[in-house]
Amino acid sequence: MTSDDLTAFLPLLAIAATAIVVMLAIAVRRSHAVAAALTAIGLAAAFACLFIAAPHAPHNVTPLIRIDSSALFYIGLILAGSIAVVFLSYGYFKRNEEARPEELYILIAIAALGSATLVSANHFASLFLGLEILSVSLYGLVAYERDLKASVEAGVKYLVLAAASASFLLFGMALVYFELGTMEFGEIAAAAARPGVALSVLAVGVVLVLVGIGFKLALVPFHMWTPDVYEGAPAPVTAFVATVSKGAMFALLLRYFNQSGTRNNSPLLLVFSIIAVASMFAGNLLALLQNNVKRILAYSSIAHLGYLIVAFEAGGDIAGFAVSFYLVAYFATMLGAFGVVTMLSTPGNDLGDLASYRGLFWRRPVIAGVLTAMMLSLAGIPLTAGFVGKFYVVAAGASALLWLLVFSLVITSAIGLFYYLRVIVALYSHTEELVAPGIPMEPRGAWSLTWTVGVLTAAIVAIGCYASAKFGFRRMASSKSGSDAAYCLSSWRPKPRQL
Amino acid sequence: MILAWLIIVLLAAGILAAVAAGWNPTLARWISLVATVLDLALIVSLWIRHAGQITLGGSNPWIEQIDWTWIPEFGIHFHLALDGLSLLLLALTFFLGVLSVLCSWTEITESVGFFHLNLLWILAGITGVFLALDLFLFYFAWELMLVPMYFLIALWGHERRIYAAIKFFLFTQLSGLLMLVAILALYFVHHQSTGTYTFDYEQLLHTPLSSRAGLWIMLGFFAAFAVKLPLFPLHTWLPDAHTEAPTAGSVILAGLLLKTGAYGMIRFVVPLFPDAAREFAPVAMILGAAGIIYGAVLAFGQSDLKRLVAYTSVSHLGFVVLGVFSWNELALQGALMTMLCHGVSTGALFILTGALQERIHTRDLGRMGGLWTTAPSLSGAGLYFALASLGLPGLGDFIGEFLVLLGTYRAHPILAIVAAIGVLAATFYALRLVQRAFQGPNTNAWAIRDLVPREGLIIALMAASLLWLGLYPRPIFSTFSPALHALETAVQSYR
Repeated sequence: MTSDDLTAFLPLLAIAATAIVVMLAIAVRRSHAVAAALTAIGLAAAFACLFIAAPHAPHNVTPLIRIDSSALFYIGLILAGSIAVVFLSYGYFKRNEEARPEELYILIAIAALGSATLVSANHFASLFLGLEILSVSLYGLVAYERDLKASVEAGVKYLVLAAASASFLLFGMALVYFELGTMEFGEIAAAAARPGVALSVLAVGVVLVLVGIGFKLALVPFHMWTPDVYEGAPAPVTAFVATVSKGAMFALLLRYFNQSGTRNNSPLLLVFSIIAVASMFAGNLLALLQNNVKRILAYSSIAHLGYLIVAFEAGGDIAGFAVSFYLVAYFATMLGAFGVVTMLSTPGNDLGDLASYRGLFWRRPVIAGVLTAMMLSLAGIPLTAGFVGKFYVVAAGASALLWLLVFSLVITSAIGLFYYLRVIVALYSHTEELVAPGIPMEPRGAWSLTWTVGVLTAAIVAIGCYASAKFGFRRMASSKSGSDAAYCLSSWRPKPRQL
Repeated sequence: MILAWLIIVLLAAGILAAVAAGWNPTLARWISLVATVLDLALIVSLWIRHAGQITLGGSNPWIEQIDWTWIPEFGIHFHLALDGLSLLLLALTFFLGVLSVLCSWTEITESVGFFHLNLLWILAGITGVFLALDLFLFYFAWELMLVPMYFLIALWGHERRIYAAIKFFLFTQLSGLLMLVAILALYFVHHQSTGTYTFDYEQLLHTPLSSRAGLWIMLGFFAAFAVKLPLFPLHTWLPDAHTEAPTAGSVILAGLLLKTGAYGMIRFVVPLFPDAAREFAPVAMILGAAGIIYGAVLAFGQSDLKRLVAYTSVSHLGFVVLGVFSWNELALQGALMTMLCHGVSTGALFILTGALQERIHTRDLGRMGGLWTTAPSLSGAGLYFALASLGLPGLGDFIGEFLVLLGTYRAHPILAIVAAIGVLAATFYALRLVQRAFQGPNTNAWAIRDLVPREGLIIALMAASLLWLGLYPRPIFSTFSPALHALETAVQSYR
């Protein structure tokens, strides 16, 4: 490894070092505040390292890892999300430290490392490595409240299904390797173009890889685990599963299908279309039937990933931009929504039931206002980041003339409104007994929660009002790209048909 | 710059009112009143200042405009412009804004600050809709009206408010999304043919469209406006929303939100897609005529006073659709006149209904009757506005409907005849309203307070303005005509 390699690799090293430092610190003295602070500082330092690594991008660190502008952008997003989760967890577990929450932060750091590996993977080996680092720490995170039946059940469910999907992924990779003799993303396109390749085997391989990825993204029909895991996991962990884990996987999906040129494959695009339409409809329709806010958000996230697939399919410059923007908006909104849930919950007693949100506005108007903003952002109403995100996704779909997908998006968005409004209606309804059971009236250690949620709300409104601001990170993501095809999706684009 | 101030004043006053209500609810009311009066004064002063210029006409119809870059990468501008059409509708907006603040003075007692925040933000959204010349900005403002209106209905409404609020929101949001898709399709088609990405109205005006694409894109816009208008058979949200909303909500819904739909038809649907609109005009006009009759018949059958008034809106807005799609000078002038007068007369009827409900706690016509003996001014006002609604000569509504009928007769005589039957039907429901509510014996022995000075002032202002519109409508037409000519030049191929 040269010094250039090390500099480019610095963000990942910093995350790994954070995990080790926190572990050692806990060995010396067990302190919740110190563990949380060290993790936050370490992740922030890793974020700073992105700017050191940026001048070296794009750079291949061994054939496994490729640090380019898109990797840097998504690592930044992952780190920002993880830091928010650290703050949320601190406020949450501060209310009941009997769960011994210190190790949680090690797991968060490791999960962040896995996600960062995923988004910079350039090879099946690093893909699988990143995926497993992420998954294994997530098992621990989901089941962290080990005295709680729901939490352990969620952990086991996640473990079994994730392991099964990982084996699908492995098998798919093996088939691709068997047929093409390479595992590097960049070489797959060239290898597949060679004469004499059995396309059927390759197709089966790619579809199996897709199953593995689809599971992590909770796309229909691989979505079954989502509501249970969301409901059972502690609220801050749920926030992590909903944002960082999915965001990293989606970035990988983009990267793999763009670099390997597999997107040119039209039957595969059909598969994606079906998955997108199914996710949008199933997510939004099933959410209508839920009475638990965490489950509603779970189905909502399924639908949102469906929207993202619409942009992904569109391809082209605007699509790459739409995806990254939508992910930022989605991260901020989901973290904010789960942040509010966290604020109202204590370990072992997450406030999920919609009934206990009734009349929240009349007791705690600011929190209810924030949750309203989050719901409106998820629904894509102006003045929120979600609106701009949805606008770009529809724009991407329309630019590629994907009318079926665009209309599915429109119709399902309208269906989706229904349950977002249900939550809002509950918040503002007048109730007889103003104090519903289970709401901590004076939560301790709430400053970290208040600040995190406050910052997220401000971000959502600011992005929603001044959509141009995000071009800052767009430039960061694309200016150095040059011929970097990872970000520029223009390699694949349907021929614009005449309208 | 003055155009941006119109919006900023409302947005800022809304926040201010929400904060001020923490100390003193009355302060929030005064802040809202001052803000709306200020905007009304601004727009009237603009009108007076530019009165000469407007009548001169000329190639440039815009009285004022601002054009700031917002998101340059996508060709999105913060482009506001005011012509005669927008000016008149804005004057109506702020006039009704002032009145709706006044009419909720004693009606709203719960979370007064939040109420006024919503009220002012709806007005800001409507102002944005009437001014925006960038389609992204237009969509933004269009959607901005929804959430506060939803809250207004859902929090301060009557018995079935949640149902009504959700229905309203779903209808308008779904149709709004269709418009968004249409806007984007137009944006990309424009890019294909010219190579520039822009949402600017004036640039998009001359986008060459194949007839099929034009029709589909036009339908996207049409859906959004037809729901808002509301055009039969997309009107089903309207009776619920109007009935369940608090008085100020009903006034704004009937007086202003419906007008945004009509405005969209005039400003966007026909000028942007003249060919497609011409092709589609018969369908729209038949639906409009059907709405006139349908609304009138259903209004006749209602026993809930507010619902009755709500259905009359369906009927009156049918005339607007007829006028817009006939697209000749007479018909358009009539459509605009109907929009303005309907805003005032229906608004007044809702205010009277609200005042009645505050006193007798029911809207059921069957439980009223004989109110004239106990509240003569209120009942007299009711008679006055009911007559305005049925199109009594001398009051504004008559001019509007008369011109629409004249204009429609040129384009489609049969539809004009059908619509004229609707005018006749209006007589029945309006007179039935008066008879059941105010005349006859006072069987329930109601003894209620007559109009208090605040209500008297509201009603007097509205009555006077209707009389003015009915007797001396020239200033309206002369303000509108340059805008009308500009629209007609844009749509030369329509006929």
